[in-house]
Parts: sequence; C-alpha cells; structure tokens
Amino acid sequence: MCAASSSVAGRDGSLGVLDAEEIRRALSRIAHEILERTRGGEQVILLGIPTRGVPLAQRLAALIAEFEGRKVPCGSLDVTMHRDDLRLHPARALHRTELPPDGVDGKTVVLVDDVLYSGRTVRAALDALNDLGRPRSVQLAVLVDRGHRELPIRADYVGKNLPTSQREVVHVQLTEVDGRDGVMISEEEGQS
Amino acid sequence: MKRHLISAADLSRADAVLILDTAEELAALADRPIKKLPTLRGRTVVNLFYEDSTRTRISFEAAAKRLSADVINFSAKGSSVAKGESLKDTALTLEAMGADAVVIRHGASGAAHRLASWVHGSVLNAGDGTHEHPTQALLDAFTIRRRLRGDGTPGARGAGLDGLRVTIVGDVLHSRVARSNVLLLSTLGAEVTLAAPPTLLPLAVGSWPCAVSYDLDAELPKSDVVMMLRVQQERMGAAYFPSVREYSRRYGLDAARMARLPEHAIVMHPGPMNRGVEIAADVADSVRSTIVEQVANGVTTRMAVLYLLLGGMEFPEVAQ
Amino acid sequence: MTAAGPARGGAAKPRWLIRGATIAGSGDGFRVADIAISGESVAAVESGLDHAGATVLDADGLVALPGLVDLHTHLREPGREDAETVETGTAAAALGGYTAVHAMANTDPVADTAGVVEQVWRLGQMAGHCDVQPVGAVTVGLAGTRLAELGTMADSAARVRVFSDDGRCVADPLLMRRALEYVKAFDGVIAQHAQDPRLTEGAQLNEGEMSARLGLAGWPAVAEEAIIARDCLLAAHVGSALHVCHVSTAGSAEIIRWAKAKGWQVTAEVTPHHLLLTDELAAGYDPVFKVNPPLRTDADVTELRRALADGTIDCVATDHAPHPVEAKETEWSEAAFGMTGLETALRVVQHAMVDTGLLDWAGVADRMSVQPARIGRLRGQGVPLTAGAPANITLYDPAAPAEPVIASGASKSRNSPFAGMHLPGRVVATFLRGTPTVLDGKLALSR
Repeated sequence: MCAASSSVAGRDGSLGVLDAEEIRRALSRIAHEILERTRGGEQVILLGIPTRGVPLAQRLAALIAEFEGRKVPCGSLDVTMHRDDLRLHPARALHRTELPPDGVDGKTVVLVDDVLYSGRTVRAALDALNDLGRPRSVQLAVLVDRGHRELPIRADYVGKNLPTSQREVVHVQLTEVDGRDGVMISEEEGQS
Repeated sequence: MKRHLISAADLSRADAVLILDTAEELAALADRPIKKLPTLRGRTVVNLFYEDSTRTRISFEAAAKRLSADVINFSAKGSSVAKGESLKDTALTLEAMGADAVVIRHGASGAAHRLASWVHGSVLNAGDGTHEHPTQALLDAFTIRRRLRGDGTPGARGAGLDGLRVTIVGDVLHSRVARSNVLLLSTLGAEVTLAAPPTLLPLAVGSWPCAVSYDLDAELPKSDVVMMLRVQQERMGAAYFPSVREYSRRYGLDAARMARLPEHAIVMHPGPMNRGVEIAADVADSVRSTIVEQVANGVTTRMAVLYLLLGGMEFPEVAQ
Repeated sequence: MTAAGPARGGAAKPRWLIRGATIAGSGDGFRVADIAISGESVAAVESGLDHAGATVLDADGLVALPGLVDLHTHLREPGREDAETVETGTAAAALGGYTAVHAMANTDPVADTAGVVEQVWRLGQMAGHCDVQPVGAVTVGLAGTRLAELGTMADSAARVRVFSDDGRCVADPLLMRRALEYVKAFDGVIAQHAQDPRLTEGAQLNEGEMSARLGLAGWPAVAEEAIIARDCLLAAHVGSALHVCHVSTAGSAEIIRWAKAKGWQVTAEVTPHHLLLTDELAAGYDPVFKVNPPLRTDADVTELRRALADGTIDCVATDHAPHPVEAKETEWSEAAFGMTGLETALRVVQHAMVDTGLLDWAGVADRMSVQPARIGRLRGQGVPLTAGAPANITLYDPAAPAEPVIASGASKSRNSPFAGMHLPGRVVATFLRGTPTVLDGKLALSR
C-alpha cells in the first residue's frame, strides 16, 4: 500500500509519504492504543531510541498526559554499545541513556523508534534493556514500519506501514531535531 | 581518531571532545546493577607494564573488562623481560598471541612509539619515561569539565575547556603528565601556566603552548585549576633544588595557599602524592581536591578510549 | 712507508691508464686529463697519453681525487667483531673511496699499548683494502686518570701520531695539559672528543625543542663548546697541537675560528651526518639517529657547512660507528650511540657541500684527503695528483642518478641514518698505491 495520495515530490527527488498533520494523527492513535492495551498506562514507561525515537517518546508522553491525565515517565535508551554491526563502521559516538528515577524493573517498557526495518536496532535495545533491569514486559512503538525484517521482531504499535524496496531510503524529520515534521522516501545508494 | 594513542598531540579537539562525551555516557555504568557492556567481547587487551604501577594497571584492566574484553596482564618482574628479553621480542610474542590492543607503561621515553612499529594492534601509551601519559591528561580534562563545566548534564556535551585557567606546578622537566596535559588542555581551549623553579622546566619550554611563571603565589588567585605534580626527592642529588624544605616553601600547596584560590577552584594531583612536600595533607583531603574522583574518572575515560579505538572497524593499516 | 702488495720497479710499463678524468686537487685548477699509473706511483697526468699496453679505465665524466683519508673510524677489532672487523671496515672504506683510515682506540682491549696498535696495523695490512693507521688512546683504558704509553706507541711499527680517547672526553684539565705537552716530543696530536661528562650525564639527544617534547635527557651544546674553548687555551699555553673531533655546534665552529685567528695549532673535523641531519629526525624515536655528539639544529648545520667551506673546519671525518642490530633495535635510551658512514661520506658531502655551491671538487680533495693526511701526519697519503705522487686515487661519478642509499653494504652493520635517502653520486674506482681496491663500484682485490 503506497502512500500515493499524500506523496509530494521533494526537490532532491524524494517523495513525501507523511506530512506533519498525518504524523500528528498517527501519534494520537498510537497514544490511544497504548492506553487501551496497558489499562490506562499503568506502570508504563516510554523509552525513546536516539536520535528521533526520543522526541517521539516525549510527544507520546505528552499526548497520554493530555488524554488520560496521567504522567507517564519518559526517557532514552542508547543502543550503540549493543549493536551487532559495530565492526563494520568506525566507532560511533554514544547517545544519552536517561532512565526514569524508578528504573525499569517490573515496568511495562514501551520502546519508541522512528523506523522499524531489519529489527537489529530493536534487538540491541532489548539487550541493553536486559542489562538495566527486568521489565515486566516490553512493547515496541514505531512511526514507520518499512518491512524487510531480518530478525523475528514485530512492532506492537505502528504509525504507518510503508512497503519499500531495499534500495530506497526512508527519511524521518521531526521538528525537535530537523526543524520540520515529515517522512520522505528516496532512492539512494548508502543508508540512513 | 588515529590507530594509536601515544601522545596527547595525536588528538584533535574533536577527538578529545568525543572521548570526553563518550566517557560522560559511560560514567553512568558505575551505578548500574550490571557494570558491563558487551562491546569489546572477543577482543584481547594486553597490559604490558614494565614499571610497577598497580593503580594505572588496575584502571585499564577494569576499563577493558567492563567492556567485556579479555585482559592479559604482563608485568616485567619475574618474566622473560627480567631475563633480558628485548622489547621487540616481547612485542612479537604479543603479536603471536593476537593482542588487539597493547597498553604499555615503560621507563624509557619512546617505548610506545617503538612498540607501535612492531605490533598490528592499537598501542595505548600508559606512560613512557618522561615523555607522555595521554590517558592521564584525558581523565584530568574529564574531571575538570565535570567539576567546572557541568556535572554530567547535557550542557557539558560537546564542550571543551575554553577559557579555563589551569596552573600546573612542579617538576615539569621530568613529568610525562605535564607534557600530555599541556598539549591536551591547550587543544581543548584552556589557558595553561606552568609554575616551577627554572631548573625544573625544560630549556625549550618557551615553544610550548603555555605560559611560564616562577612565582606560584602570583598565579593562585588567577587559577581555576591547580594541578600539583609529584616531586621526586632524588632530584635533590642532581641539584635541581637545594632542599625539600625550600622547595616546599616556595612551591608547595599548603592550606594558606589554598585559601588564596578563587572559591570555585579545584586542586588536582595525578598521584601518588608526597604529602607534606608538594601538597599538604589538609589540602589533599579538602573538598576542593579531586584526587579521589580522578581515580574513578580514570576507569571511565579509559573505557571511552578503548571503545573508540577498538569498538569499531579495524583500522585499514592492520591488513598487511 | 710500507706497501700493501709486492713492489714494482720504477720504470716498468704503466699498468693502468685512467682516461679523461677531471682532475681535482692537483693544485692547478681543473682540467680533464689522463692519469698513467706505473708501479705504485703516478707516472704522468696529461691529456692524450698513449696507453702503451696498460689497462685503460674510461673515466669520462668522472672526478679524480687523491685517495680519501678518514681521520676518524671505528673498526671495532679487537673485541667487537660482531659489529665490524678490520677486513669488513676497510672494505667499506675502499667502497667509499678511502685509501687510508685512522682506527680509533676504543676497542676491547683498548688500544693503549704498542701491542694492540701493532695488531690493528697488521690486520689492516693483511686485509689490503686500504691503509689502517691506528690511533692510540690518551689514557690507560680510556679511564681518564693516567696517561697511556704514548711514546712507545709512537715508536712502534704502527707509528702512532694521533691520540684520542674518543668515545670519552679527556675531562681532567691537568691530564689534558700533560697529554698536549707530552706529544710535542714526537710531533703527535691529541684529538679530543669534547663532552663535559658532568653536563651530559644520561644525555640522549641535543638539548632543545625536540628533547623537551620527546622527554629525552638533553645534551647541551655548551658541554662541547666549553671543553673546546678550554682545550684551545691549553694547547696555546703549552704550544702544542689540538685536533677537535666531530664538531657539532655553531658555537664550537666559532670558538675554533677564534683560536685559529690567534694563530694557535688547532684543527677540527666534521662528520657527514652533522652536515646534513638534524635532531628533528628523532621524532619517531628510531635509534638509528642516535649519535654522540648528537644531531643538532638547522642553524648548526648551516654554520658547520660554512665553517667547512671557509676552512675553519679542516676536514670531513666519518666517525664510522658500526653497531649490531640488537644495539639499535630497541628503546632510544637503551640504544648504542653511533652511525656508519664510510660508504656514504662522499655522496653526502657532494649533496651538502658541492651541489649547494659551498665547495668545489678541489675543496673536496682538500677536506677529504689532503687535510686529514696532514693532520694525521700520514706520509704518502693526501698527496695531490701529479707525476711522482703515490697512486692513491679515487674516481667518482657526480652525475650518477640519485639512488636511495641501501643500508647493507660491505660494512657488517646496518645502522646508517641515510638508508632510503636519495643521494647523488657513486664511487666508481679506488686505487691504493696503484692497485685497484674498487672497480666499477665493487671490491676488486682478488683473494
């Protein structure tokens, strides 16, 4: 299912597949879904995977607070040290890991990321989480699922399913990081 | 970053800030239930220590183990080295053992350089003679940044030490810690002043990126950081200064001198200290002193260096 | 004067005819001429000579110099034959264009008796690649406390005239005075290795920016200059001859210039490496650049070249110091001091002095043959190429393409600081009293 209806061609040859409004609606829906499946957000913490998973997690926390009046703790989980492709690149800079004060033990951790692709980032996040404590359960929320899983990983909450070819690159832009909201696809060598 | 860390001059400002930022993220590990990361699993780090230094060796060992690397300790005493094996032969043995990184502490300046020409792995200089001790400078810079530019807050990320005034006091001539610190601190934007008697400063110190003063008291009110160097009493025999008493009187940091420091200023020492010679006991134990946290920061900083050197792809030069 | 090899009759047919060489150092400017060798002597130096049955050596484009004489070589035998022997060292010398070398006394046992100097002298004769003139130690065992038997060494078959504790400095001013006085009796000369021991304890590298940065103990220039100044004054006071080994600093050259201006009997030598290399090469801590006295700065190199050009420094001497691999393949502070130099000397001098316009080939003949022979009181060497002169001849091709220096030559040791460096020129042939020791750049003596 291609998002042809809202596609906008960008100047660099990229195709817009979600605009700011659509992102807002998708996040709204995810926030409601989280509330539905976790009995109103009980014992839930949101951990965003840097970089863009973090503002997404913060937006979800704000939406949940708006809808349910509940303040859900929010943080970030850097997965760099647990990646399985470290040897393929020069050593990468680390991102911030910030856990809520009560930790993760016994909590329902909802990992938040912008794009779900091979699933390796999420696997790394599960390993990282494992060393931090023992959550009661772990769920996954992503803005975009572009398919091509290489591991048995699936998302619990998906903003948009986006079938892509492996030669395509998905660009997610968020105001907090990039100054605007949008999701684009382009054909490129190399990867995001 | 380059493949080896032999001199603080090997690090650009971007490299140095990257190491400090990485260390900042790794610092939280010490508070976690599982103080380990899998990143260097399967890598072998060899500690090649020709000089006795339990403190530094343990620091590197802890750093490597927290990253899940395998550590092999090789100390010169009672080994084939004591029987006269050359540095080169030892290096070839380590190569055969498949060391990914060799941490070397040696009494001869330049030993790390020589080792780097004989092994394929990364060489980390843990102190070579009177030449350099770059990880000490890094942990010192990390300590300064945490204390004076934000304690682990996101604001400190990406920051250097711009505008901070650091005074290094003592036997600069024989100090590898001083050499590395002068280079690294000025790379990070700090203003460095060396305070020492003329006999303990290299003749060519004028070409170094720092100021020089013979008058410690004049420098104290202007200093954000005072770093005391250990003075070896054996130096008296070669007439570097007339007596320990006179040295202490003119260049020792006692409580009276500490009171002349600005309120926010910190006192550092790479250890081990000569209490009562270059630093008074009550100064060493005061709240301004960073001596204890320098030790903890040593592990964190060394973890950052090991990760950045070994955590990614192997350097192209390795494939020979 | 003894000959290496059987003597030949004076009026015999010339054996060799060197055709078309540019004669340098013949005392009458440059000219292209033929050199006829008859027996052990030069029969004639003229254009258009008839070869009359001699072997012709085409020397078109080559410079002919009187055989080079080295005032300062370490042949290591007896005692350190793992680094070099008289055989290998003199072979290296011949390949470098040398017909005579002075073998320094810091062997094991030290050359402080007639017995040892005569042994070295005989070994040189047997090897036959060049004349070996032993240098006698100034003090017993080089310990600097008692004079060695200088007179007996002078009277020995080795006919020692140059005395040196090289490797060590004769630091005691009283002992230096006595030595200078004593050798007047037999026209000897004391060659001083100028290094104040107290100022250079544990020294590793020139004291300067490099030593400060690298954390290596400094060897200050003043430690050399202060001794030279003192020794010049002593030599003047007692009216004797002083030779200064391996001058390495601008300040030293200035002091020597001052002493000579006073008319004092002071001579001096400089090594090829001090004419070209500086302490910046120590940056990688490779001990191939570790030497005593150390490499200094650009300013020193410039001044030393000037001093050699204007004659303040009388000659080039290699201070060829071979060391086995394990003595150099180690940490800097553990490594031995010294560099090889016999095989590369002429090429370095061409690069540093001739190609820069500071010295012409006549000057090279003077600094590398005539002066060293004069200072060493060596008869039959360093004689300009004219009819009747001993046939000690070096043929050199200055136009040979600049090839990288190979560390492995005839010397047993590989510690050359020039390894890999592109240097011009090539020694083509060397003649020792009419017998070729090197032909076409290769050793020529039949065994």
